[in-house]
Amino acid sequence: MDFATVIQILDSAVRLMTPLLLACLAGLYSERSGVFDIGLEGKMLMAAFTAASVAYATGSAWLGLIAGVAGSMALSLVHGLSSITFRGNQLISGVAINFLASGLTVLLGQKIFGLGGRTPSLTGAGRFPEIQLPFAAALRDVPVIGPIYAELISGHTILVYVAFLMVPLTWWVLFRTRFGLRLRAVGENPASVDTAGVSVTRLRYAAIAICGLLCGLAGAYLATGLSAGFVKEMTAGRGFIALAALIFAKWRPWSALGATFLFGLLEAIANRYPNLDLGIVTIPSMFMNALPYILTVIILAGFVGRAIPPRAGGEPYVKER
Amino acid sequence: MTAGGDTAEGRPETAAPAAIELRGISKAFGPVQANKDIDLRVPKGSIHGIIGENGAGKSTLMSILYGFYKPDAGEILVNGQPLTIADSQSAIRAGIGMVFQHFKLVQNFTVLENVILGVEDGRLLRPSLAKARGVLKQLAAEYGLNVDPDETIEELSVGHQQRVEILKALYRQADILILDEPTGVLTPAEADHLFRILRGLKAEGKTIILITHKLREIMEITDNVSVMRRGEMVASVRTAETSAEQLAELMVGRKVLLNVAKAPARPGAPVLEVRELKMVDDEGVERLRGIGFDIRAGEILGIAGVSGNGQTQLLEILGGYPEKGSTLSGAIRLNGRDLPLSGGGCNAAERRRQGIGHIPEDRQVEGLIMDFTAWENVAFGYHHAPEYNRGWLMDNAAIRDDAEGKMERFDVRPRDAALAARNFSGGNQQKIVVAREIERNPDLLLIGQPTRGVDIGAIEFIHKRIVELRDAGKAVLLVSVELDEIMSLADRILVMFDGRIMGERLPHQATTGDLGCLMAGVDPATTAPEDAIPPAHKHVEELPGESA
Repeated sequence: MDFATVIQILDSAVRLMTPLLLACLAGLYSERSGVFDIGLEGKMLMAAFTAASVAYATGSAWLGLIAGVAGSMALSLVHGLSSITFRGNQLISGVAINFLASGLTVLLGQKIFGLGGRTPSLTGAGRFPEIQLPFAAALRDVPVIGPIYAELISGHTILVYVAFLMVPLTWWVLFRTRFGLRLRAVGENPASVDTAGVSVTRLRYAAIAICGLLCGLAGAYLATGLSAGFVKEMTAGRGFIALAALIFAKWRPWSALGATFLFGLLEAIANRYPNLDLGIVTIPSMFMNALPYILTVIILAGFVGRAIPPRAGGEPYVKER
Repeated sequence: MTAGGDTAEGRPETAAPAAIELRGISKAFGPVQANKDIDLRVPKGSIHGIIGENGAGKSTLMSILYGFYKPDAGEILVNGQPLTIADSQSAIRAGIGMVFQHFKLVQNFTVLENVILGVEDGRLLRPSLAKARGVLKQLAAEYGLNVDPDETIEELSVGHQQRVEILKALYRQADILILDEPTGVLTPAEADHLFRILRGLKAEGKTIILITHKLREIMEITDNVSVMRRGEMVASVRTAETSAEQLAELMVGRKVLLNVAKAPARPGAPVLEVRELKMVDDEGVERLRGIGFDIRAGEILGIAGVSGNGQTQLLEILGGYPEKGSTLSGAIRLNGRDLPLSGGGCNAAERRRQGIGHIPEDRQVEGLIMDFTAWENVAFGYHHAPEYNRGWLMDNAAIRDDAEGKMERFDVRPRDAALAARNFSGGNQQKIVVAREIERNPDLLLIGQPTRGVDIGAIEFIHKRIVELRDAGKAVLLVSVELDEIMSLADRILVMFDGRIMGERLPHQATTGDLGCLMAGVDPATTAPEDAIPPAHKHVEELPGESA
């Protein structure tokens, strides 16, 4: 394996981890506020569909992005209504959203485009272009730094950079701002926020709105950045992998970056070496492709140390007497 | 009403301006009237105690004051100004701070973060944290409220956590501080420190409202005291002009005497023998300090006392489900046979099999499953009984028939066995429990607060059934905070205080004053109180007016 190959795999990992990272941060905001959200998958899927459809119809990836965010936020609102306003069960609401998105995207896709649930392939301005950072071409031939800058860091779509910038931003919001303090407090002990005279409901709605926004970006990236259009079930469990990464990261933004990178890397390796030849044995491609999911199971089974979720997570807030 | 009744209004220092004045506050939760036409006047710069049994409506009243509930009627004046307290925010703005019984702290936040939560100075945290650090230092110096500002809450002892709650209120510039059962979770040393802090706050002109059911605290620290019972404010007096006994009597109350027609008891052989029963709970607090008594067949033994003096623990132990993590010693014998205090043989099912019926204190938690039907509830605890089963299946038809019979005999209304327990009134819920336990014809019936939240008609009915059980030669242990109930129903009365039995009286000899003394931990029969009173409670004898 030479240096160029390593760079290529890492470059691929960056692209593949982007939707995971966005979804993971989305889940982070929601769960830090005490609203568990297993509907990340459904929101991403809905966003991917609306983004691809609008991008195809208008020829603009940007309008697609807005539509993606709108689609995802609509489902977030459903989740908020059922789990915050009506104090329903958050898991059931999340499952319902996943089913709804899974069925609705295919149904609408077939009805509108008649391609068996796909949207037509996006071309030109319908997709996000790759951005060449300044001096990328000039530095390409500098040893080591050149390929890292030109191949790995430069040449991604705008959403990849947004996703990576969201990490320090999220950290800053959570730990350096008033909103972050209250958000963390409401996920740990909503009564403390309530007795301090701050609205629990408003805070939680703000959190799930941010969650919807980020899931929207993730979905839009899937359909208009990573691929060129919507395909049935194209999220392929990424919402759940993002949840696993969130637990792995113990609900912390920088750790989320690391956890999603690990998943992205596994996926990139599987793509690069479908049949990994280790000399004595050859690992079949099915196993390689299953790796991220196997890791998910391992993480969710708690093999990575104790992860303490926000204490009030999953519980609707009811004032006690 | 007794001596306290004529002092009900306007007695405490009318000269000082009132920090808080409540006029005619009422609040109902469904059919339960938690507060009935409450008047309260708290003079500025005083420590005002509000005392009453669990469920008397103290916490509800304070929650109204803190904007958690909207009163159905009434008026709140803060510093003479009428005020609508719509939410906690407006209470905070009015200068009211509250220290809840269960702290409202974020466990994994630092002290500083908890203090500024909700009153941050701007969008960014850093300036707020810096400012709070300075203020905390000042408050620590002023009132002895020392807490490391950078420690996380989960690292702190409960006493320190409570200080953080007080600091939170002071940081919000509260002038009126409400503390709800503040010493319930504290060790005696921590409680003493808390009282020093409260005296310091009072010296600085703060007004403090202390909610408690502990007489000792009221007598020790308050200037005035108001007594609540069953949602009503029954008396407001100066602490210096009252005594622990009088307050105990007011708390427990003496309502119209319900006369239970009963023949004199003809006690037989002892059914239950309790010897040197001690219990230490999981926090190391000694709840029972060596209890011993007998109950004979054909007699009702009443245990009187202000709630929280070990009666609950006693019932739980006899019922076979002692508090988790507690350590027990001593002996319980039923019909001459030792009952295990722990291990596999110590559980509620086993006790029932041995002939101990139990009407628990809290029917909604321990006595019934509120969302299950009446007939299902009739079978609970006895669901293994052969007549309720057919092979390995439950015989639901038989249970229903049995339930309908019981409901008829105990006049449960509405007579609908398919109705969920929740949908019956308190009295009828209790009748379901009483029917279930009495009709099993137990050798010993444990009864906790049989008529709490029960209407007069049902009370009479339940009392009659208890006497019938006695006349059938069964033993009854009656625990009640209603002195009346004990006086009219029991054949012998024991008074519990602080995990001990303070004394035994016969109902026709005992006076309420006498029992009130025992309930407050004073034995009036003892000429030299120093010997009778345990050291931890010596303060009681320093009380003003007590020698009278």
